[in-house]
Amino acid sequence: MENFTPYSALLGGALIGAAATLMLWVNGRITGISGILGGVLFPAQTDTLWRILFIAGLLSGAIVYTLINGSPIELQIQATPLLTIVAGFLVGFGTRLGSGCTSGHGICGIARVSKRSFAATAVFMTTAIITVFLVRHALGDS
Amino acid sequence: MDIRPNQPLALASVFLAGLLFGLGLTVSAMVNPAKVVGFLDLFGNWDPSLALVMAGGLAVTIPAFQLILKRDKPLLESRFFLPTSNDIDRRLIGGAVLFGTGWGLAGLCPGPALTSLVTLNGSVWLFVLAMIGGMVFHRTVLEN
Repeated sequence: MENFTPYSALLGGALIGAAATLMLWVNGRITGISGILGGVLFPAQTDTLWRILFIAGLLSGAIVYTLINGSPIELQIQATPLLTIVAGFLVGFGTRLGSGCTSGHGICGIARVSKRSFAATAVFMTTAIITVFLVRHALGDS
Repeated sequence: MDIRPNQPLALASVFLAGLLFGLGLTVSAMVNPAKVVGFLDLFGNWDPSLALVMAGGLAVTIPAFQLILKRDKPLLESRFFLPTSNDIDRRLIGGAVLFGTGWGLAGLCPGPALTSLVTLNGSVWLFVLAMIGGMVFHRTVLEN
Protein backbone atom coordinates (compact mmCIF):
# COMPACT_ATOMS: atom_id res chain seq x y z
CA MET A 1 0.00 0.00 0.00
CA GLU A 2 2.97 2.36 -0.47
CA ASN A 3 1.02 4.30 -3.11
CA PHE A 4 -1.83 5.12 -0.72
CA THR A 5 -2.48 8.89 -0.55
CA PRO A 6 -5.28 9.26 2.03
CA TYR A 7 -5.22 13.03 2.61
CA SER A 8 -5.17 14.19 -1.00
CA ALA A 9 -7.81 11.55 -1.78
CA LEU A 10 -10.15 12.82 0.93
CA LEU A 11 -9.53 16.48 0.00
CA GLY A 12 -10.05 15.79 -3.71
CA GLY A 13 -13.19 13.80 -2.95
CA ALA A 14 -14.56 16.63 -0.82
CA LEU A 15 -13.94 19.10 -3.69
CA ILE A 16 -15.83 16.78 -6.06
CA GLY A 17 -18.65 16.56 -3.51
CA ALA A 18 -18.70 20.36 -3.17
CA ALA A 19 -18.96 20.70 -6.97
CA ALA A 20 -21.91 18.28 -7.10
CA THR A 21 -23.54 20.11 -4.19
CA LEU A 22 -23.18 23.48 -5.93
CA MET A 23 -24.77 22.12 -9.12
CA LEU A 24 -27.78 20.68 -7.28
CA TRP A 25 -28.23 23.61 -4.89
CA VAL A 26 -27.96 26.41 -7.46
CA ASN A 27 -29.08 24.75 -10.71
CA GLY A 28 -31.03 21.70 -9.56
CA ARG A 29 -28.92 19.38 -11.67
CA ILE A 30 -27.12 16.09 -11.16
CA THR A 31 -23.39 16.26 -11.86
CA GLY A 32 -23.03 13.30 -14.21
CA ILE A 33 -20.11 13.79 -16.55
CA SER A 34 -21.26 11.23 -19.15
CA GLY A 35 -24.72 12.84 -19.20
CA ILE A 36 -23.27 16.34 -19.49
CA LEU A 37 -21.04 15.27 -22.40
CA GLY A 38 -23.89 13.34 -24.02
CA GLY A 39 -26.01 16.51 -23.93
CA VAL A 40 -23.29 18.41 -25.79
CA LEU A 41 -23.11 15.75 -28.51
CA PHE A 42 -26.87 15.53 -28.95
CA PRO A 43 -28.24 18.90 -27.90
CA ALA A 44 -31.88 19.19 -26.93
CA GLN A 45 -33.08 22.65 -27.92
CA THR A 46 -30.56 25.15 -26.57
CA ASP A 47 -29.51 23.13 -23.54
CA THR A 48 -25.83 23.21 -24.53
CA LEU A 49 -24.07 26.30 -23.18
CA TRP A 50 -24.01 25.29 -19.49
CA ARG A 51 -22.71 21.83 -20.40
CA ILE A 52 -19.81 23.31 -22.40
CA LEU A 53 -19.07 25.69 -19.53
CA PHE A 54 -18.98 22.79 -17.06
CA ILE A 55 -16.50 20.88 -19.25
CA ALA A 56 -14.44 24.08 -19.68
CA GLY A 57 -14.47 24.26 -15.87
CA LEU A 58 -13.10 20.71 -15.61
CA LEU A 59 -10.14 21.59 -17.84
CA SER A 60 -9.63 24.86 -15.96
CA GLY A 61 -9.52 22.94 -12.68
CA ALA A 62 -6.64 20.90 -14.06
CA ILE A 63 -4.86 24.10 -15.14
CA VAL A 64 -5.37 25.69 -11.70
CA TYR A 65 -3.96 22.55 -10.09
CA THR A 66 -0.90 22.69 -12.34
CA LEU A 67 -0.36 26.37 -11.48
CA ILE A 68 -0.70 25.79 -7.73
CA ASN A 69 1.32 22.61 -7.73
CA GLY A 70 4.03 23.94 -10.03
CA SER A 71 4.51 20.61 -11.78
CA PRO A 72 2.64 18.87 -14.60
CA ILE A 73 -0.18 16.42 -13.93
CA GLU A 74 1.07 12.88 -13.63
CA LEU A 75 -0.53 10.49 -16.11
CA GLN A 76 0.50 6.88 -16.60
CA ILE A 77 -1.58 4.90 -19.08
CA GLN A 78 -0.59 1.26 -19.34
CA ALA A 79 -3.13 0.23 -21.98
CA THR A 80 -1.95 -0.13 -25.58
CA PRO A 81 -3.50 2.26 -28.16
CA LEU A 82 -5.84 -0.47 -29.43
CA LEU A 83 -6.97 -1.32 -25.91
CA THR A 84 -7.41 2.39 -25.16
CA ILE A 85 -9.75 2.74 -28.14
CA VAL A 86 -11.75 -0.34 -27.12
CA ALA A 87 -11.94 0.96 -23.54
CA GLY A 88 -13.06 4.43 -24.62
CA PHE A 89 -15.76 2.97 -26.84
CA LEU A 90 -17.06 0.72 -24.05
CA VAL A 91 -17.06 3.63 -21.57
CA GLY A 92 -18.95 5.88 -24.00
CA PHE A 93 -21.50 3.25 -25.01
CA GLY A 94 -21.88 1.77 -21.53
CA THR A 95 -22.40 5.06 -19.70
CA ARG A 96 -25.12 6.10 -22.15
CA LEU A 97 -26.82 2.68 -21.98
CA GLY A 98 -26.56 2.59 -18.18
CA SER A 99 -27.50 6.28 -17.76
CA GLY A 100 -24.41 7.34 -15.84
CA CYS A 101 -20.84 6.89 -14.69
CA THR A 102 -18.77 7.23 -11.53
CA SER A 103 -20.02 10.76 -10.87
CA GLY A 104 -23.72 10.53 -11.73
CA HIS A 105 -24.32 7.12 -10.15
CA GLY A 106 -21.41 6.91 -7.70
CA ILE A 107 -21.33 10.37 -6.13
CA CYS A 108 -24.77 11.88 -6.87
CA GLY A 109 -27.05 8.85 -7.20
CA ILE A 110 -25.93 7.27 -3.94
CA ALA A 111 -26.42 10.63 -2.18
CA ARG A 112 -29.99 10.72 -3.55
CA VAL A 113 -30.46 7.16 -2.24
CA SER A 114 -31.34 5.97 -5.75
CA LYS A 115 -31.55 2.18 -5.87
CA ARG A 116 -30.67 2.28 -9.59
CA SER A 117 -27.44 4.09 -8.76
CA PHE A 118 -26.57 1.69 -5.93
CA ALA A 119 -27.05 -1.21 -8.36
CA ALA A 120 -25.10 0.45 -11.20
CA THR A 121 -22.20 1.45 -8.91
CA ALA A 122 -21.93 -2.06 -7.47
CA VAL A 123 -21.96 -3.57 -10.97
CA PHE A 124 -19.41 -1.24 -12.62
CA MET A 125 -17.05 -1.45 -9.61
CA THR A 126 -17.22 -5.25 -9.59
CA THR A 127 -16.82 -5.51 -13.36
CA ALA A 128 -13.83 -3.14 -13.36
CA ILE A 129 -12.15 -5.13 -10.56
CA ILE A 130 -12.71 -8.39 -12.45
CA THR A 131 -11.38 -6.80 -15.67
CA VAL A 132 -8.18 -5.63 -13.95
CA PHE A 133 -7.78 -9.05 -12.36
CA LEU A 134 -8.11 -10.78 -15.73
CA VAL A 135 -5.78 -8.36 -17.54
CA ARG A 136 -3.11 -8.20 -14.83
CA HIS A 137 -3.14 -11.60 -13.17
CA ALA A 138 -5.02 -14.19 -15.19
CA LEU A 139 -3.88 -13.17 -18.69
CA GLY A 140 -1.02 -10.80 -17.94
CA ASP A 141 2.44 -11.56 -16.64
CA SER A 142 2.46 -9.81 -13.27
CA MET B 1 -39.79 22.80 -22.03
CA ASP B 2 -36.53 22.65 -20.25
CA ILE B 3 -35.60 25.78 -18.36
CA ARG B 4 -31.90 26.36 -18.96
CA PRO B 5 -29.48 27.99 -16.60
CA ASN B 6 -28.93 30.94 -18.89
CA GLN B 7 -28.55 33.68 -16.35
CA PRO B 8 -24.95 34.85 -16.01
CA LEU B 9 -24.93 33.94 -12.31
CA ALA B 10 -26.18 30.41 -13.02
CA LEU B 11 -23.62 29.93 -15.78
CA ALA B 12 -20.86 31.23 -13.52
CA SER B 13 -21.90 28.72 -10.85
CA VAL B 14 -21.77 25.89 -13.41
CA PHE B 15 -18.27 26.90 -14.48
CA LEU B 16 -17.18 27.10 -10.82
CA ALA B 17 -18.66 23.65 -10.17
CA GLY B 18 -16.73 22.27 -13.15
CA LEU B 19 -13.56 23.92 -11.88
CA LEU B 20 -13.97 22.46 -8.38
CA PHE B 21 -14.68 19.05 -9.89
CA GLY B 22 -11.59 19.19 -12.11
CA LEU B 23 -9.50 20.40 -9.19
CA GLY B 24 -10.83 17.54 -7.06
CA LEU B 25 -9.93 14.97 -9.71
CA THR B 26 -6.40 16.32 -10.06
CA VAL B 27 -5.77 16.86 -6.32
CA SER B 28 -6.85 13.26 -5.64
CA ALA B 29 -4.77 12.02 -8.62
CA MET B 30 -7.84 10.26 -10.03
CA VAL B 31 -6.85 11.70 -13.42
CA ASN B 32 -3.95 9.24 -13.37
CA PRO B 33 -5.11 5.90 -14.82
CA ALA B 34 -2.32 4.04 -12.99
CA LYS B 35 -3.75 5.33 -9.68
CA VAL B 36 -7.26 4.15 -10.58
CA VAL B 37 -6.05 0.73 -11.72
CA GLY B 38 -4.06 0.55 -8.47
CA PHE B 39 -7.39 0.70 -6.65
CA LEU B 40 -9.17 -1.74 -8.94
CA ASP B 41 -6.29 -4.22 -8.59
CA LEU B 42 -7.47 -5.78 -5.32
CA PHE B 43 -5.21 -8.78 -5.84
CA GLY B 44 -2.04 -6.82 -6.58
CA ASN B 45 -0.33 -3.95 -4.78
CA TRP B 46 -3.64 -2.46 -3.65
CA ASP B 47 -3.99 1.33 -3.35
CA PRO B 48 -7.21 2.21 -1.43
CA SER B 49 -7.05 5.92 -2.38
CA LEU B 50 -10.06 5.86 -4.73
CA ALA B 51 -12.26 4.55 -1.92
CA LEU B 52 -11.34 7.64 0.10
CA VAL B 53 -12.13 9.89 -2.85
CA MET B 54 -15.61 8.33 -2.94
CA ALA B 55 -15.87 8.64 0.84
CA GLY B 56 -14.78 12.29 0.78
CA GLY B 57 -17.29 13.06 -1.96
CA LEU B 58 -20.16 11.22 -0.29
CA ALA B 59 -19.35 12.79 3.11
CA VAL B 60 -20.30 16.09 1.44
CA THR B 61 -23.08 15.01 -0.94
CA ILE B 62 -25.07 12.67 1.33
CA PRO B 63 -25.94 15.32 3.96
CA ALA B 64 -25.99 18.21 1.46
CA PHE B 65 -28.34 16.49 -1.01
CA GLN B 66 -30.78 15.59 1.78
CA LEU B 67 -30.94 19.24 2.85
CA ILE B 68 -31.14 20.66 -0.69
CA LEU B 69 -33.85 18.25 -1.85
CA LYS B 70 -36.07 19.36 1.04
CA ARG B 71 -36.32 22.75 -0.67
CA ASP B 72 -39.11 23.46 -3.18
CA LYS B 73 -36.64 24.40 -5.89
CA PRO B 74 -32.97 25.20 -6.45
CA LEU B 75 -31.69 28.76 -6.04
CA LEU B 76 -31.69 29.76 -9.72
CA GLU B 77 -34.09 27.33 -11.38
CA SER B 78 -37.81 26.73 -11.14
CA ARG B 79 -37.43 23.01 -10.38
CA PHE B 80 -34.99 20.16 -9.81
CA PHE B 81 -33.94 18.11 -12.85
CA LEU B 82 -33.72 14.60 -11.42
CA PRO B 83 -33.80 11.19 -13.12
CA THR B 84 -37.31 9.77 -12.97
CA SER B 85 -36.61 6.12 -13.77
CA ASN B 86 -36.86 3.67 -10.88
CA ASP B 87 -36.38 0.30 -12.51
CA ILE B 88 -33.25 -1.78 -12.32
CA ASP B 89 -33.47 -3.06 -15.87
CA ARG B 90 -31.22 -4.80 -18.36
CA ARG B 91 -30.04 -1.52 -19.88
CA LEU B 92 -28.85 -0.21 -16.51
CA ILE B 93 -27.00 -3.40 -15.62
CA GLY B 94 -25.70 -4.06 -19.15
CA GLY B 95 -24.47 -0.49 -19.42
CA ALA B 96 -22.73 -0.72 -16.05
CA VAL B 97 -21.01 -3.99 -17.11
CA LEU B 98 -19.73 -2.43 -20.36
CA PHE B 99 -18.66 0.76 -18.59
CA GLY B 100 -16.89 -1.19 -15.84
CA THR B 101 -15.03 -3.26 -18.43
CA GLY B 102 -13.80 -0.17 -20.26
CA TRP B 103 -12.93 1.57 -17.00
CA GLY B 104 -10.86 -1.44 -15.90
CA LEU B 105 -9.10 -1.78 -19.27
CA ALA B 106 -7.81 1.81 -19.40
CA GLY B 107 -8.29 3.18 -15.88
CA LEU B 108 -10.21 6.13 -17.30
CA CYS B 109 -13.81 7.18 -16.79
CA PRO B 110 -15.50 10.23 -18.35
CA GLY B 111 -14.62 12.90 -15.75
CA PRO B 112 -10.89 12.23 -15.48
CA ALA B 113 -10.64 11.65 -19.24
CA LEU B 114 -12.14 15.05 -20.09
CA THR B 115 -10.17 16.81 -17.34
CA SER B 116 -6.82 15.42 -18.44
CA LEU B 117 -7.37 16.43 -22.08
CA VAL B 118 -5.57 19.56 -20.94
CA THR B 119 -2.30 17.63 -20.66
CA LEU B 120 -2.43 16.96 -24.44
CA ASN B 121 -1.55 13.33 -23.69
CA GLY B 122 -2.18 11.38 -26.91
CA SER B 123 -3.67 8.32 -25.18
CA VAL B 124 -6.22 10.46 -23.35
CA TRP B 125 -7.30 12.14 -26.59
CA LEU B 126 -7.58 8.72 -28.24
CA PHE B 127 -9.71 7.51 -25.33
CA VAL B 128 -12.02 10.55 -25.44
CA LEU B 129 -12.51 10.30 -29.22
CA ALA B 130 -13.36 6.59 -28.86
CA MET B 131 -15.68 7.44 -25.93
CA ILE B 132 -17.51 9.99 -28.09
CA GLY B 133 -17.67 7.32 -30.80
CA GLY B 134 -19.31 4.94 -28.30
CA MET B 135 -21.85 7.58 -27.33
CA VAL B 136 -22.65 8.34 -30.97
CA PHE B 137 -22.95 4.60 -31.70
CA HIS B 138 -25.36 4.20 -28.79
CA ARG B 139 -27.44 7.09 -30.04
CA THR B 140 -27.47 5.71 -33.60
CA VAL B 141 -28.24 2.12 -32.69
CA LEU B 142 -30.59 2.43 -29.74
CA GLU B 143 -32.35 5.74 -29.87
CA ASN B 144 -33.48 5.90 -33.48
